[in-house]
Amino acid sequence: MSLFNLLRIALKALQRNKLRAFLTMLGIIIGVGAVIAMVAIGQGSKQSIQSALSGMGSNMIIIRPNSNISAGARLDATTVQTLTLEDVKALQKEAPDLSAVTPMANAKGQAIYGNNNWPTTIQGVDPDYLSVIRQWALQDGIPFTDRDVQVQAKVCLLGQTVISNLFPNGESPIGKYIRFGNVPLLVIGTLTTKGESAFGQDQDDVIIAPFTTVQRRILAQANSTIFVQNIYASAVSENVTTAASDEISNILRTTHRLKPTDEDDFAVRTMQELINTFSSTSQLLTILLAVIAGISLLVGGIGIMNIMYVSVTERTREIGLRMSIGARGVDILLQFLTEAILISITGGLIGVVLGITSARLVTLFLNWPTLVTESSIVLSFLVCAITGVFFGYYPAQKASRLDPIEALRYE
Amino acid sequence: MSTQKILELHDIKREFRMGSEIVRALKGVSFDVSAGEFLTIMGSSGSGKTTLLNTLGCLDKPSEGTYLLDGVDVRKLGRNDLAKLRNHKIGFVFQAYNLLPRTSALENVELPLLYNPAMSAKERKERAIKALEAVNLGDRLDHTPSQLSGGQQQRVAIARALVNEPVMILADEATGNLDSRSSYSIMALIQELNAQGRTIVFVTHEPDIAAFSSRTIMLKDGRVVKDSLNENKKSAREVLASLPSSDDYAPTTPATDDKTDDHH
Repeated sequence: MSLFNLLRIALKALQRNKLRAFLTMLGIIIGVGAVIAMVAIGQGSKQSIQSALSGMGSNMIIIRPNSNISAGARLDATTVQTLTLEDVKALQKEAPDLSAVTPMANAKGQAIYGNNNWPTTIQGVDPDYLSVIRQWALQDGIPFTDRDVQVQAKVCLLGQTVISNLFPNGESPIGKYIRFGNVPLLVIGTLTTKGESAFGQDQDDVIIAPFTTVQRRILAQANSTIFVQNIYASAVSENVTTAASDEISNILRTTHRLKPTDEDDFAVRTMQELINTFSSTSQLLTILLAVIAGISLLVGGIGIMNIMYVSVTERTREIGLRMSIGARGVDILLQFLTEAILISITGGLIGVVLGITSARLVTLFLNWPTLVTESSIVLSFLVCAITGVFFGYYPAQKASRLDPIEALRYE
Repeated sequence: MSTQKILELHDIKREFRMGSEIVRALKGVSFDVSAGEFLTIMGSSGSGKTTLLNTLGCLDKPSEGTYLLDGVDVRKLGRNDLAKLRNHKIGFVFQAYNLLPRTSALENVELPLLYNPAMSAKERKERAIKALEAVNLGDRLDHTPSQLSGGQQQRVAIARALVNEPVMILADEATGNLDSRSSYSIMALIQELNAQGRTIVFVTHEPDIAAFSSRTIMLKDGRVVKDSLNENKKSAREVLASLPSSDDYAPTTPATDDKTDDHH
């Protein structure tokens, strides 16, 4: 029998029981819809975490002093100082995979302008920090320069949170003097909004100033101080961050004159590690959601099998008749299989539409990020087609093996 | 009328195993049927009538003996070849009509042609319409079985049996579910088809139905006990005309609605 005739006969048979066909289909519709919507939610959260991390600078590498053992006791990482400006220079010169290296000095304190004050953090860095490492654009004004770093210029750039607290009336902060602690600083630029970091920190609650300004004027360290709190670096590209972090380790072990048996007295963190950690977490979430949705697809398949068995029993006489007028076993098998596949594929198509729609609705009403991937559509569609074949086969086989004599006389 | 043999049965035996017992339904049945004959097979229940019908219809194969249908030895064929044989050579008419519910008369009649892969949709439809016109249901093409009377449903079933142009129409108690008027009208139709040269094998237990045929075989206890030609064959149309109020079936005019006599 031709495929066209098979489809026609299957369609006719389904039309005779529209509601039942639809209810059977519903299992598949919900299954496929759930797979697509759930995977979309999982992928969406994965993507939003990734982009949040990229927003921090996906090539960024952070080098911190590591707690070291002193007389048997481990010291808190913040109290030890192992990184120096020499290290920074060595990294700038010797690491080919790094595009920028900057020391960083942090200070917490009160920023004051007029009647307003705001507790915040000031970060002292080189100009490369904004332009290369964080890729953080200015909203207004100009950045500070290497020369400003050399002369410990009393200039700063304000984050949006600081601006909204110090300048609540909306006046432009550029050209104004604010005070950080006792140090007056000229605001020469404002930063664009960066939003929350992946850890929920407000990245806009910051003042950026030349490294030396913070180190000497705010932290009031002596000119002879060579230690730095942190070093921030940037790999040439995201792909080489691992290679770059290895280079950093090698260079720092050399400059720190560590023996092969010594532990590192510094720690190198790449965003890549964080991205991987978060990705694998959300990957797990995606898999879990997909498994749950897959189970509902399985239940839908069992529904098909059930209804096909009912249908075979109910239509025993029809099967007997078809056989007596010349249908072969394989014709009957194909007929029932086609019905099952038709149910599952139609259900699958509706399910795809439903899945995409509900993913959109989730984004629209719950504001959750969702990402409908082509692979999830193709996969769930394939799975439901296979479900149709798998669960339709046994009832169809049962039908094809009926004895026409008995089937004709079946009551 | 040619004397070509359509059916040749030689010493047909059929045994069933029921648990430890062996039931012999047919104990050596032999007869031939020539083209154009109208044969009724009679017998009470348990006479082996149904088994013989299943054998003739290629739904069942004899345990022993040879059965040639239009020259083809049925015993040598597999399941699929039997299906093909049924499709090409036999037109079945059942007691319970066995039409597909909620399916138009036309589509019901087209059904056997669907299992004939060589046929185009257009030819299928043309032949189905022709077959329905032959049973005077040319104006009922789109009616579903529930919209037709018992007699009309049986005529759709006969059209379905005709549509493949089989060598033999095999009817199993085809009038069993009908009242006498509809029965006679069906018999008149069958006689008419027979007059056009079609071979008819009609299984029944009603003697007055057998009176319309040209030959009767009586089965008893798995054997043929009587095989006689019917010298004074009755005309179903005349019987129908003699009934008090008539024209349930008249070949020259379109069929009237005999929906009221549906006893099904």
